[in-house]
Amino acid sequence: MERPSNVWAAMATRRYLVSSWPWRSYAYLISSIPVGVLTIVLLGGAVALSAVLSPLIVGILMFSAFPLLGVLIGRVERWRAKLMLPAGIPSPHAVMPAGMSRRDRFRFRRREQGSLRGLGYGVLLGTFVWVFSAAFGGLSLSVLVITLMAPLIATDDELGMGPWTLDTTGEGFLFLVTFGPAWYVVTSYLLGCLAGAEAALARSMLGPREDELRRNVAELRRSRLDLVDAFETERARIERHLHDGVQQRLVGLTMTLGLAELDLPEGDGKTLVVKAHREAEAALADLREAVRGIHPRVLVDLGLEAAVREVADRSPLPVSVRMSLPNRLPAPIEAAAYFFVSEALANVAKHAEATRCDVEAWVSGDRLVVTVTDDGRGGADPAAGTGLTGLVTRLDALGGTLDLSSPPGGPTRLRMESPCRLDD
Amino acid sequence: MPAGRLSIVLAEDSLLLREGLASILDRAGHEVRDAVGDGDTLLAVVRKDPPDVVITDVRMPPGHSDEGLRAAAAIRAELPAIGILVLSQYVADAYLSSLLETTTGGIGYLLKDRVGHVTEFLASLDRVAEGGTVVDPEVVRQLLSRRRDDGPLSALTPRELEVLALMAEGRVNASIAEQLVVSEAAVRKHVGNIFAKLQLEDGLDRRVSAVLTYLRRQA
Repeated sequence: MERPSNVWAAMATRRYLVSSWPWRSYAYLISSIPVGVLTIVLLGGAVALSAVLSPLIVGILMFSAFPLLGVLIGRVERWRAKLMLPAGIPSPHAVMPAGMSRRDRFRFRRREQGSLRGLGYGVLLGTFVWVFSAAFGGLSLSVLVITLMAPLIATDDELGMGPWTLDTTGEGFLFLVTFGPAWYVVTSYLLGCLAGAEAALARSMLGPREDELRRNVAELRRSRLDLVDAFETERARIERHLHDGVQQRLVGLTMTLGLAELDLPEGDGKTLVVKAHREAEAALADLREAVRGIHPRVLVDLGLEAAVREVADRSPLPVSVRMSLPNRLPAPIEAAAYFFVSEALANVAKHAEATRCDVEAWVSGDRLVVTVTDDGRGGADPAAGTGLTGLVTRLDALGGTLDLSSPPGGPTRLRMESPCRLDD
Repeated sequence: MPAGRLSIVLAEDSLLLREGLASILDRAGHEVRDAVGDGDTLLAVVRKDPPDVVITDVRMPPGHSDEGLRAAAAIRAELPAIGILVLSQYVADAYLSSLLETTTGGIGYLLKDRVGHVTEFLASLDRVAEGGTVVDPEVVRQLLSRRRDDGPLSALTPRELEVLALMAEGRVNASIAEQLVVSEAAVRKHVGNIFAKLQLEDGLDRRVSAVLTYLRRQA
């Protein structure tokens, strides 16, 4: 059976009375007493100290730092709330941007709405919640304990219970058996409700609001985008290094060898130099091919359409390219679209048994749509191509999608969609 | 203009290649008047005292993008008499199209590897200086391989395709005949057939760019 996620759900089940929930409710209510007292002492102390010091700048600074107390209270209370909400309460605080000084970090937290709500909850906890908890939880617990102890107490002493005076162990037992279970049932449900309400209050004040949740999702996306971006930058750096370093040296080598060929008389020496020249050129050709796979220069210089036409030209099958893009798109999006077409065409050439292929790209609203369609045998398995998996990750980070439609017998159509802007 | 001793301005940001190119040109008896490392300096130098030919890299500082090409386009617009030979690190005909948009004056687009074939490179340089067009065989091959199953090129025989490729490299009939080991008359016949099938005007002068422009239009 699935475990209930909160006390309300637990109370709806028949196992409630024999589960740990009534005891958790007790623990939650009773533990709010010391925490609440501590909180009000802390807050009161801080207010008093700030007030005393307020003629000095330190006192004013202390007032402004109050929301930080809210952060602390929030942390303790979210931890304590796990008693009632096993899944916990997610933090409303934003992830701190990297590279901030300690001072900036404090300022950042201080200004967050979540911190102020934490402070507000602290005030409620310190003035109202713990008193309420103490009244109901404490009283109920005392009665429960006394009832449990009734046989013992009645042995040595007289115990007055309303009109009934217990003065023997037997009478104590009778009392325990008569009233114990009834009291347990009543208080379990009553205190379950109270503790559940308190936890709900904690969640509503200490958990993230709708906009904070949205912001967290946006942050997550941004950090993934940063990752893709870092990857892209690194590719560009490697490409640049190969072009400006290794390739130039090889070209220099072919020049020297070319000049040597002119100077050398016919013979073994010249044959060797000619051979070396050919090998250096082969190395250059290999390098060009490798560099293009890493990061195509045409894409950076002339944009998506020119780069896609280049890929299409190199494809072993005839590829028609129809693109209508109004202007340049952000680099990560162009790169994703380029590698999508490049990978798709490679797959078509390898697996599809197609005779021709169409690449189309257009902007629909604020989305870029690119499709690659072939007239091959179809039945393509999206799980088979490892090249596409990387693309899915990349597109996902951009907020884009990749679809494959490939009925047996064809045609196969790959379609990618991505936003045209990065900050959506 | 006779291709004798040419005055040349060289633009290449890699010192290694600049020196290598300069020594090759020097050896051939040309005058490397200036060797510069970025597009702006190239423009300034050429405007001050126009040379016969400009040899430029595509990618140069400060942006390491297509500064060389843009400088070449500016020179072509201002001083159309100057031959321009662009050296590229990649086989990308996209760069070529921006060069061919202006069709007067000598234009060359070669992969850097070709410089190592010193004799051919110098011959290409002469052709550009004379106002001809030279396109790297690799790029031509890419242009010709495009959409081979449909379009007008499918009408050509394999031999005619070979001839067309050599034509696009800027070769004259004699050179094509030599390359293919056939008679010049045979080449003339092939060229006639190609022009007929592709519906191009005959004429030695602009035939390369005519072919290339035609091919590009098919894309």
